[in-house]
Amino acid sequence: MADTAARTPATPTIPSPRRPADGEFTIRERSQWVQVLRRFLRHRAAVVSLFVFIFLVVLAFVGPTLWKYSYTDISSPGGSPPTLNNPFGTDNIGHDNFARVLRGMQQSLKVGFSVMILATGIGAPYGAISGLLGGRVDTLMMRVCDTLLVIPLLAIAAAIGSGAGGTIVVVSLVLGLLGWAVMARIVRGVTLSLREQEFIEAARAMGASTLWIVFRHVLPNVVGAIIVQATLDIAVAVLVESALSFLGVGIQPPDTSLGALTNLARPSVDTQWWLFYAPGVMIILIALTINFIGDGLRDAFDPRQTRQRR
Amino acid sequence: MFAYTIRRLLAAIPILIAATFIVFWLVSLTVDPVTEEFAGLNPPPPQQTIDLERHRLNLDQGFFVQYFDWLRNLVTHGTFGPALNPATDINSELYHRLGVTMRLIVSAMVLALVLAIITGVLSAYRQYTRFDYTATFFGFLFLAMPTFWIAQLLKTGGITFNEAIGTRLFFTIGETSDIPPDGWWNQFLDVVGHMILPTLSLALITYAAWSRFQRAAMLDVLNSDYIRLARAKGLKPRQVLVKHALRTALIPMTTASALTIATIFGGAVITETVFQWQGMGKFLVQSVLTHDRNATMAWLVVAGTFVIVGNLIADLLYAVLDPRIRYG
Repeated sequence: MADTAARTPATPTIPSPRRPADGEFTIRERSQWVQVLRRFLRHRAAVVSLFVFIFLVVLAFVGPTLWKYSYTDISSPGGSPPTLNNPFGTDNIGHDNFARVLRGMQQSLKVGFSVMILATGIGAPYGAISGLLGGRVDTLMMRVCDTLLVIPLLAIAAAIGSGAGGTIVVVSLVLGLLGWAVMARIVRGVTLSLREQEFIEAARAMGASTLWIVFRHVLPNVVGAIIVQATLDIAVAVLVESALSFLGVGIQPPDTSLGALTNLARPSVDTQWWLFYAPGVMIILIALTINFIGDGLRDAFDPRQTRQRR
Repeated sequence: MFAYTIRRLLAAIPILIAATFIVFWLVSLTVDPVTEEFAGLNPPPPQQTIDLERHRLNLDQGFFVQYFDWLRNLVTHGTFGPALNPATDINSELYHRLGVTMRLIVSAMVLALVLAIITGVLSAYRQYTRFDYTATFFGFLFLAMPTFWIAQLLKTGGITFNEAIGTRLFFTIGETSDIPPDGWWNQFLDVVGHMILPTLSLALITYAAWSRFQRAAMLDVLNSDYIRLARAKGLKPRQVLVKHALRTALIPMTTASALTIATIFGGAVITETVFQWQGMGKFLVQSVLTHDRNATMAWLVVAGTFVIVGNLIADLLYAVLDPRIRYG
């Protein structure tokens, strides 16, 4: 802890080199969050991914305001391979592909984040309530989850998206409102083991209501599992959105998304490869970095599984 | 076991019916297929035509009547109702396409399972070696790849390879040749040649998640006391790994793979679209784009049934893998 030494140089508790290590226990107590942070920082791929991901988010949301072309501009030369002026090339109409990829990233990330918020907001309390109440209510609530898990998300999202018109709001709503079952199951699983513990019992004995226990006692203790799953939900949402747009039922023109761009470029993948590969690589980068961050977070919250040696 | 199977199947029926109700409701909220069908026609069709079309598709009823008519039709006659295009019969159409899609899904799942178990076990057994890091990297890479991207990549690769060696080793369009070759052996080869690339793309996507899962499960088991005991007893490493560790580590894996079946159906839609198969995927995309509600519902019912059956098989496999679990 270098910052401790820097901030409080006069404190006598700083171990001097001459003092044996087995002396007084002088290291400042680490809170759970500090421990989580330290363990996360040890996961090199996750840390690198976090920086790349932040860069991608900034690029997607700030980039379009700085870049000379907007995604609707058709002032570039048509069908040009990547040049200095158009780093990702242009399409036949004269759109600058870089501007369009930026716009696509923005839309994909928006979908990812809104789906994550929706799925977590519904799934986490739902799972906690179900696990806490137990018994018949639990069975019934889990049957609802099973029902949702039976339906292929892509297919139902395609059916609704094509009917309701493909805007980013519709796509996010459909994916978020139908995609929370996995989160609910995970939170319920952890809650089942929590609810037998004394602090829940104590809260009950003091007359706390179920909702109070859920939000005040259960969910804070499941936060690790929730954060990990929420991270992965972003990646899943970005991938499903791109698949929807690929089928032509996601985000519709004149707006665009990474999936829509790849779909448009697919017929000419041999001749105008830049139109296909640039948005595709961005999807992979987004999903890859998020998955690595999720992996690092899982290790950070649940160290049981990482540094075991046989 | 048999009684349990029956009971599970019976318990699955309400879930399937609830799922159809939700989907039916959601789809009916979106758009009126008949308005859409006649939109932009010039001159606009007479009101009578529109009314007749609505009547044919049972759209002139209230929502609940529509749903129960649909359900009754399905349960008593086993039919999915009229398609938007009067010339199409949903049942026979799906029946012909089901085999094509199941061929893809089953072979991709088997391939993915084999790959995932092998790499997952080896990754866990040789944790933090070069093999583990390589497998982890590729696992994450495939996990981050959209299905259509990897399918298109393999398709382009297959075409390039064909051009390079001058013969047609990989077929990249359709599920069989338009004119099937003579002899059953050649026909079989033709089907296999068409299947390689689509199966591979669907399997790679699926394998990625599973191998990560298998690795985690295996690590959990390998660090447990009974494995240490088995080693201490002097059992051969291979015996410890396969008989003691793998069997236990397959149990969580079974759950995970059963939960993925619905996703695989989605992936098959994408794969079939890229490789232009005439399977259930094409059927779904067409139905969705024309807002054909009965056809979409039919697809979802068939897919949902297979997901439920898959989950049931997973539950029965538990009993095989874990002798403590007995289904009475």
